[in-house]
Amino acid sequence: MSVPQETIESLLERPSLFKRLTLQDWGWAAVVLAATVFVFAKYSGAMDVYEIIILTLTAPALIAQGWYWKAFQPYSIAVAVCSLLGIWLYGDSYANAEVVFGLKYLFSSQSAIMWMSALFVLATVTYFGGLFTNHAFTLKTASAMTWVALVMGFTGLMVRWFESYLIDPDFGHIPVSNLYEVFILFCLITGLLYLYYEERYKNRSLGGFVLLVISAAVAFLLWYSFERDAAKILPLVPALKSYWMKIHVPANFVGYGAFALAAMTSVVYLIRARGERNNPQGFAATRLPSLAMIDDITYKAIALGFAFFTIATILGAMWAAEAWGGYWSWDPKETWALIVWLNYAAWLHLRFSKGWRGVPMAWWAIVGLFITLFAFLGVNMFLSGLHSYGEL
Amino acid sequence: MKNTPSTSTRLINFLGSMNLAITLLVVVAIASIIGTILKQNQPYTDYQIKFGSFWFDLFRMLGLYDVYSAVWFLTILAFLVISIATCVGRNTPGVLRELRHFRENVQEKSLRAMKHQHNLTTHLPAAEAQSFAQRLLTNQGFRMRQKTADGHTVIAAMKGGSNHWGYWLTHIGIIVICLGGLMDSRLPLMVAEWQGKLTPETRNIPASDVPAISQLPATSFSYRGNVDIPEGNRANIIFLPMRDGYYVQHLPFEVEVKAFRVEHYSTGMPKSFESDLLIHDKDLPAPLEKTISVNHPLIYKGIALYQANFGDGGSEVKLRLHPFSTRYAAQDLDGKVFRDYNLTSSEQQFKLEVNDFRLFNINDMEDEAGKAIKKNIGPSVTFKLRDASGQAMEYQNYMNPVSIKGQNYYISGVRSTPAEPFRYLHIPVDAKGGIERFMRLLSNIQDAELVKKSAVETTRSSMQEATVQNPEVEKQVVESMIRLTMLFATKGADGITQEIAERFPQEKQESASEAFMKVLNASLRAVYVETLKQEGITSELSEADWQFFDDSILAIDKISAYGSPWFVQLSSFTQIEASGLQITRSPGKDVVYFGSAMLTIGVFLLFYVTHRRVWVWIKPLDNNQAEVVVAGSANRNQPEFELYFNSLQKTFQQAMVQEVQDVSSTGNN
Repeated sequence: MSVPQETIESLLERPSLFKRLTLQDWGWAAVVLAATVFVFAKYSGAMDVYEIIILTLTAPALIAQGWYWKAFQPYSIAVAVCSLLGIWLYGDSYANAEVVFGLKYLFSSQSAIMWMSALFVLATVTYFGGLFTNHAFTLKTASAMTWVALVMGFTGLMVRWFESYLIDPDFGHIPVSNLYEVFILFCLITGLLYLYYEERYKNRSLGGFVLLVISAAVAFLLWYSFERDAAKILPLVPALKSYWMKIHVPANFVGYGAFALAAMTSVVYLIRARGERNNPQGFAATRLPSLAMIDDITYKAIALGFAFFTIATILGAMWAAEAWGGYWSWDPKETWALIVWLNYAAWLHLRFSKGWRGVPMAWWAIVGLFITLFAFLGVNMFLSGLHSYGEL
Repeated sequence: MKNTPSTSTRLINFLGSMNLAITLLVVVAIASIIGTILKQNQPYTDYQIKFGSFWFDLFRMLGLYDVYSAVWFLTILAFLVISIATCVGRNTPGVLRELRHFRENVQEKSLRAMKHQHNLTTHLPAAEAQSFAQRLLTNQGFRMRQKTADGHTVIAAMKGGSNHWGYWLTHIGIIVICLGGLMDSRLPLMVAEWQGKLTPETRNIPASDVPAISQLPATSFSYRGNVDIPEGNRANIIFLPMRDGYYVQHLPFEVEVKAFRVEHYSTGMPKSFESDLLIHDKDLPAPLEKTISVNHPLIYKGIALYQANFGDGGSEVKLRLHPFSTRYAAQDLDGKVFRDYNLTSSEQQFKLEVNDFRLFNINDMEDEAGKAIKKNIGPSVTFKLRDASGQAMEYQNYMNPVSIKGQNYYISGVRSTPAEPFRYLHIPVDAKGGIERFMRLLSNIQDAELVKKSAVETTRSSMQEATVQNPEVEKQVVESMIRLTMLFATKGADGITQEIAERFPQEKQESASEAFMKVLNASLRAVYVETLKQEGITSELSEADWQFFDDSILAIDKISAYGSPWFVQLSSFTQIEASGLQITRSPGKDVVYFGSAMLTIGVFLLFYVTHRRVWVWIKPLDNNQAEVVVAGSANRNQPEFELYFNSLQKTFQQAMVQEVQDVSSTGNN
């Protein structure tokens, strides 16, 4: 007696990557490719070799990212549409920011970033509301708010990029050059990472906690822009005029964002662990995700952060070699990057080799955030050195 | 015990232990913090002032001024590298075993004891079950071995072994990076110093005078130093800073700076710093021409030339020295930055050391509304005036008048040490835009005859107004006017306060001071009116004229503390800039990049590839059926493996056990 052949075949067969792709995935790839071809056709004359390489690599990376994480597709398209709308509304006059309705209230970078800020704070409150009332729809609303906040924030950055050229073609630069801009980037990357894990683990109860750190960043951002007029677009200092900035800074912020996320999930870990000890039937022990799940997310975030932080530090060294004449100068920022790296390296070693888990590692991940925070902010505030662009 | 581990085994165990490795990671991190808190490689005098001599010496002994080159820090780093190397060495055999061995000799018992295992009885014959398992696992990308013994068959499969390569790549990568860093380090210099073959130069002397013991040949393996080259000049050396001194490093070619430029944005912020360079090398048929800028270095013969900074390259400055004292003569000086000049037109010998010229001075100023703004107030010259005893005061004088609250002043900053901020002398600008009126007023105040004449005039006219006639009183008033004016002219208001303190008891000082100031003020005003008469101004004085008078008196009051017998005015200049180049040879760079690539690839393999093993144990049963145990394990990402194993076991279950129903339905037919 033999098993029907096709049954076995269907069981055996591991669908190839291309077979697993849906029509939507192909549509996505087509859109990205079309956009890339359009950009090449129209602007290749204005791009230098590095920009061409970056653009060429961006297209497959975007396609892969969209295939890997489906929600990334509508997100990118929304950002692209809003950004293009903003750019179109601007025309060729920066003054339109105060005149045109769609810019003044929606898509000028300042307005978009205000929307992002407001929505992140609202989403934080909504996430907590949903968690405490155990109301699925409220939690869903919170996720939607976060998505919209991310669309507005990213649109704000894209439009700001355009604005910098509009003010003066000489000023034009990617908006990752000062503390104001990288704080926005931090909010966006942390938010995206969170939403990825939310979808992956089908659990929305961590949202409020992770968005707490984003809200803190938003609070700083608002203080910084109102108190110090930080939102003003200024030209780049000569040291920052380099294509390395385009990759070094975002790579770093994937690291910072992931470490921040890991610290916040660790806070939840501690709350749940305490809840399980003190009141196994209580809120903390029942509503929050299982310790195993939080532990897994924390580990994944730290691993991702560590990988990107490694790349960012190496890219930084390569940039330093080109700008300062040495790949490593023991400049305070470099040294603190090394300290952050060593700290998480030690964390990962203990987990891999000694199998450490649980409360001490959660505490360590939280301490790690403070070390990261010092490397990110403290160095610029308290120590002087070569990285003096991000001064408060 | 017979098997007491030998010393070397114990040492290797210690060096390769995870505890040591993690301790070292943390120790390196903490030690690194020191160098970020204490600013490194500053002039030693700064540290001495900051810490006092006891702490200064202690910190110097600990190498805290250059932590990252300190022997103890390098030792810790070396320990870390040795620890990693030992670790890799110890683990490599195990890793190779993991990669090579499929563990097909596994016992049924241990498979059944695994966390991830599933057993079933299949209707398939053993051979078919076996081939099914093989096909499934091959499709899933597993490599496998098979072993049949004692009436059962084991298929041992694994995939994702590159995870172990991740371990290897990351750790070797770190070692390679450290070795690359070592190639570019100053370790050879430090060894040569320790052997007494080299000593850094600490004196500020021309490079050509530096003795051989502080010079390094052009063949040095690696270096990183600086040199400032004025426009139109050449250099074939650079300076390597070392603690409180430097070495002179020779280059295998000559660098000429043809021109240096700063380009500005519309806001006035600098946009780019660029130097047009010429490389003169006997290996080149013609000099190599290249413009470098920040972020765009020139690499020639493995030596990289970077635009690091800029400064003055010996600008020519024409200076006019206006004496504050009638005893000294005015003097003109054609000076150059970085040169010293002996000034002879004074009773005392002075040396003028021109230190710097700056074309732009963006200073914090107040605009009309009193709001702080940044404003360029134009060129300035910085110099020191050293007296015969070697005491020096430092001055920064601005060429153009600066407007403060609607009044224009020539501004000169003065300080006695670099640690203190400049104090400013504001000399009012006269109606013709110069300082002549101020200087004439100043010399008139020092002129006893003129002071007497104007004192007599003003006293008489005021006495006439009051219809008083008393030659005795008149004489007294005039005398005190002259005396106070002379005192003020030499010592300022402090001189008068001092005299009051000496002559009057405490309780009378205030009233005396009031009276003195009245008298002094009347006299100074009389001299001022006289000064204007000399200019030909006899009309009633305007408010602006009196404002000028007030400003002048404030300035004269400060002259005694100003420390210079001259006011040095910058009358014209020719700017010559110097380009600050950083020149490095770092053969270790590519090694470091290679190590970095290893590290990066390794990190991704470690985190995102999982070494998975699956065993399928098959034992034929009598009735043409077979007993199957599927088991698996993974070294990373357990939650994912659990999902994976569940789907795998479901596939086995469906393919092998579903058959039971098929058989029964066939049987019914």
